[in-house]
Amino acid sequence: MVILLLLLTLVVFILFSLLPADPARLTCGKGCTPAVLEANRHKLGLDLPVIQQYWEFMKGLFVGRIYAADSPDPVVCNAPCLGYSFKRGEEVLVLIKDRLPATIWLALGAFILWLAAGISVGVYAALRRGRWQDKTVMGISLAGYSLPSFFLGLMAIFFIVIRLQLLPYPSYVSPFENPIQFFQTMLLPWIVLAILYAAFYMRLTRNQMLEVLGEDYIRTARAKGLPERIVIRKHALRAGLTPIVTAAGLDLAGLLGGAIITESIFSLPGLGSLAVNSVNDADLPVIVGITLVTATFIIVANLIVDLLYAVIDPRVRLVS
Amino acid sequence: MTEHSNLRRAFLEVSDLSVQFPTEDGIVRAVDGVSFSIERGQTLAIVGESGSGKSVTAQAVMGLINKRNADVSGQANFDGEDLVAMSDEDLRKLRGNKMSMIFQDPMSSLHPFYRIGDQLTEAINAHQKVSKTEARDRAIEMLHKVGIPLPAKRFDDYPHQFSGGMRQRVMIAMALINSPSLLIADEPTTALDVTVQAQIIELISQLQREFDTAVILITHDLGIVADVADEVAVMYGARVVEHGSVDDIFYHPQMPYTLGLLASVPRLTQVRNDRLDPIPGNPPSPLRLPTGCVFHPRCVYQDEVVGDLCRTQRPDLESVGPGHEVRCHLPAAKRQAAAEVALAALGRSST
Ligand SMILES: Nc1ncnc2c1ncn2[C@@H]1O[C@H](COP(=O)(O)OP(=O)(O)OP(=O)(O)O)[C@@H](O)[C@H]1O
Ligand code: SF4
Ligand SMILES: [Mg+2]
Repeated sequence: MVILLLLLTLVVFILFSLLPADPARLTCGKGCTPAVLEANRHKLGLDLPVIQQYWEFMKGLFVGRIYAADSPDPVVCNAPCLGYSFKRGEEVLVLIKDRLPATIWLALGAFILWLAAGISVGVYAALRRGRWQDKTVMGISLAGYSLPSFFLGLMAIFFIVIRLQLLPYPSYVSPFENPIQFFQTMLLPWIVLAILYAAFYMRLTRNQMLEVLGEDYIRTARAKGLPERIVIRKHALRAGLTPIVTAAGLDLAGLLGGAIITESIFSLPGLGSLAVNSVNDADLPVIVGITLVTATFIIVANLIVDLLYAVIDPRVRLVS
Repeated sequence: MTEHSNLRRAFLEVSDLSVQFPTEDGIVRAVDGVSFSIERGQTLAIVGESGSGKSVTAQAVMGLINKRNADVSGQANFDGEDLVAMSDEDLRKLRGNKMSMIFQDPMSSLHPFYRIGDQLTEAINAHQKVSKTEARDRAIEMLHKVGIPLPAKRFDDYPHQFSGGMRQRVMIAMALINSPSLLIADEPTTALDVTVQAQIIELISQLQREFDTAVILITHDLGIVADVADEVAVMYGARVVEHGSVDDIFYHPQMPYTLGLLASVPRLTQVRNDRLDPIPGNPPSPLRLPTGCVFHPRCVYQDEVVGDLCRTQRPDLESVGPGHEVRCHLPAAKRQAAAEVALAALGRSST
């Protein structure tokens, strides 16, 4: 897992060194002279070979790092140092920490909504297989699938906020500061994201249920005289849960890395919008930092999903 | 016999049971006017080729056919109540309680994610309120009864920790845990090793005696039928084509299909015989059951029936002896002759 992360940062470093944009050029405004440019490049450590830049970065993670130590105004970045953004004049870790709450709230709220909606509607469709209810659900799911999130997001803002004025214009605050404004801001992005994801989970759940409902042990459960709702929930859904858990874990982790479009539309100060701005600015340290954080989420999610498998399926427990 | 007992209904009396599945390809007639009856403590074997409707018949009796996807008609009087007309909820209360069922494949019939003990106590709790410890004690006792070693320890094991034969024992324990008066076993030994098969059948018989259970045993294995059944219903093309005591079916068979079935089973030949005669041709598709006698496309005796009866007219189930019924147009004398020829070929004579 650690090796994976190391490799990943290396790849990001190499990719960015291949980019035509010169990050140093971007740090030094209009009246840029070659001398200033060179000085900035040195300050950023960009005059070093890529591999050495990478080494400096890794060292910074564990022991901290001092930028431009030989200049009159060195910049100190304490361990764990994810890098320093000269563009923003801030440590990358601090930037990410500031942006993380909005992203986490967005991801968690949407996650709960889409799981609840996706699974219950999927089960419902499976139980009405082939009838109009099933066909309607599948049609809606297909539409949700193919809707681009910016379209859905803009429509939501336009109709609900601007035309009907049911909600104030989104403006993020911490839920601990002003819970009402927090919910007013988050409601639409939650719903928009949840619709996009729920579409997939409806289909997945429905297909899983249809497969499991044909299993012999479901017939056994009915032959025992269990009430149908227990047959469905305890026997069928549980058996079909594994792929749903996998998808949910990875989707949640991906969202924790920032929902770029949704965050931008609803002006949420999350990792997604930070990433977009940093790419525009060729702010390499921030991009590397976000990549690393996102990758860590995904790797941790994988581990958790694996652990959940063992909780769900006793056969997995024995093997491992 | 008094008049009263003559009129008395059998413990389970299935009459004119039909099950049809409307599908995209047309109507599947899986069961077409099936009748039989059975008393407590008795064993009725249902035999017949694959696809003849045995499992669907059993599932219809258990109320396991989803009425949304199928038309079920006819009657199944079970201890005074009609199972076909009954509501889903009333059926549920009977299932696993007064009547229960075990299935062909024990490897897939238990839920892979739950401990077998929990699956057993779940069957108890579905029908009665008992304390947790009492349910546990009863489950362990039942596991002991079906011959699971160290039942208190195995209670907490998962299905994958059991062999096929042991899983089928668990299934039997689960089916019998509420002391049902009707047990339907749908090919309970087909998926098991030959050595285990006999043990499972013996176990079912033993528990049947203990609980005075009526058993419907669906099987392809005529050897098992000969061992444990009291009566036999032979199914072909969604219908019962012959029905009688074990003695009737094995020593006085009348219907050409039954003759073919007996000839196609090696273990019945008392004198070792190299000739094994599977019935030529294929079983009918339930989408297009043949007109007249369902067996006519494969029957070698149809020419001996006057006119076109076999192809055009559906034979009725006709009584040919006490409790022995046959669905065939062939005149009695000719049926007898056909049976003698067939039994002689098997190395036996009909006496
Ligand atoms: N749900 C269903 N929908 C459509 N057709 C069905 C359904 N269930 C069963 N059938 C059909 O009904 C016919 C009878 O099936 P059934 O399972 O009763 O046969 P069987 O006698 O038990 O055969 P086997 O010995 O192979 O178990 C088969 O042709 C089967 O394909
Ligand atoms: S009715 Fe005719 S076709 Fe059917 S079994 Fe008898 S002789 Fe054969
Ligand atoms: Mg069957």
